[in-house]
Amino acid sequence: MISQEIKRGIIDENPILVLALGLCPSLAVSTSVQNGFGMGMAATFVLTCSNVIISLLRKVIPEKVRIPCFIVIIATFVTIVQLVLKAYFPALDKQLGIFVPLIVVNCVILGRAEAYASKNNVFRSLVDGLVMGLGFTIALCILSVIREVLGSNKLLGFKFSPRFQPMTVFILAPGGFFTIAFVMGMVRHLGNRKKGV
Amino acid sequence: MTNEQQPKKEPSDVNPSAADSTTPELLQLTAAPHLRQTESVSHIMLWVVMALLPSLAAGVIFFGLRALLLTAVSVAAAVVTEWAVVKFLKRSVTIGDLSAVVTGLLVAFNVPSTVPWWMVAIGSSFAIGVAKMTFGGLGANFINPALAGRAFLMAAYPSAMTRFGPTAFGSLSGIDGMSSATPLAQFKAAMADGSFQALDFQDALSDLFIGNVGGCIGETSALALLIGGVVLLYKRIIPLRIPLVYIGTVFLLSWIFNGTDAHLTTSAIIIPFYQILAGGLFLGAIFMATDMVTSPITPAGRIVFAAGCGALTFIIRKFGGYPEGVSYSILIMNLFVPLIERSTRPKMYGKVKRRD
Repeated sequence: MISQEIKRGIIDENPILVLALGLCPSLAVSTSVQNGFGMGMAATFVLTCSNVIISLLRKVIPEKVRIPCFIVIIATFVTIVQLVLKAYFPALDKQLGIFVPLIVVNCVILGRAEAYASKNNVFRSLVDGLVMGLGFTIALCILSVIREVLGSNKLLGFKFSPRFQPMTVFILAPGGFFTIAFVMGMVRHLGNRKKGV
Repeated sequence: MTNEQQPKKEPSDVNPSAADSTTPELLQLTAAPHLRQTESVSHIMLWVVMALLPSLAAGVIFFGLRALLLTAVSVAAAVVTEWAVVKFLKRSVTIGDLSAVVTGLLVAFNVPSTVPWWMVAIGSSFAIGVAKMTFGGLGANFINPALAGRAFLMAAYPSAMTRFGPTAFGSLSGIDGMSSATPLAQFKAAMADGSFQALDFQDALSDLFIGNVGGCIGETSALALLIGGVVLLYKRIIPLRIPLVYIGTVFLLSWIFNGTDAHLTTSAIIIPFYQILAGGLFLGAIFMATDMVTSPITPAGRIVFAAGCGALTFIIRKFGGYPEGVSYSILIMNLFVPLIERSTRPKMYGKVKRRD
């Protein structure tokens, strides 16, 4: 069951590449692998914790005000992340900037709360949060590796190749769109090929 | 215009229901295109390639053999990319229609002769791989691939794309410095610091017409581009409306808003001529705004499209940060083509407005 869930989170229902959720922060932070990974970890933490709490409270939260309730729970964990980042990873915090507080409105987290955690038991929601966070992080890492190498000729901050001239456009917004579109298209193409479509 | 040669069909093949034995022979109908033409996509593209050859020759004369090398690399990269994409997608190979060759040529014409060879290869690969093939290949791309390649290079390597080499002959009319900056950049600088002298620019007009000025490989020689344009017009591959209205709009706008109060003085007349001859206007108007895939098919739509290109070019040149705006204005107008076509659809013959 676990391996099935992991496959679901990373491949079948990958938040960025298949569900196309959370594209805005993905575009903004996938300019370098450090940022991408940091963002992925932060979102995974928030996603997992909020999934658990929302799942615990799913019978208590009234139907009509569920979205504000979810947001309050998510915002709590985002605040924790923000304070931890400020205390222990000030450089990363500076890099991610506004996109850390914006995790509150990240579609992946709200989407999983609405579609999964509010309908499933605590354990399943915990696993869902973990695998979805993993899928989000992996997708961000793929995007940011491509963008960092092509856009600034670096990998994890180290110079990649002495002869390659980086293409500035890849660390700008258009490059982000190109990269997401191509990785998404490639994933769909391979998926179709596997299914024999 | 691009009807491929089709085997002659018997009426009964085309519409089996009409060939019912009870139908009188006179009422058996064939499907619509009755005119047979020998024109095919590769035939048209071959003519476009031929029409581009004078400009290539001019580029080689003014910028040296390096221009030829870059063009060859660009064409090869375009063709190889198209081949690789169709192989990867397991589609039928389409490089025989020569459209990739045209795109490769146009990308090379849109870069300065000083860029490294791999840069132009990246531009061509982007043009074919991203702007054309991802949308379904020839006929399905919504923006001009070559211009998309140029725009990508401008965004990726802005400094290399705006560094222009000197021409082989220096300046024919004795003005120094024509060779390093493009004429439009000089014009903009002269206008900005008030050192504009109509006479200097009048002397430059002949150089501009021949192409002995700094710029991209294929854009400088208005003469060579005009020769190609006449060939394409004669073969009816491009419509006259688009280049005429495009260049005319730029001429008119730069004459009216020439920065001086007068409109009949020498400098007021020279400015619009300078504006249409400098930069990539002729290349864009003749070869890229007329792209069959990305320009409107309705007669009125073509005028709207070309006038829009002209107005945008003028606005970017006069008020924008870039000295040249032809490529961006054509790309922007490409996006409006579906809208333009929808709003300029010709009235159906005999149709009257319904009276309620």
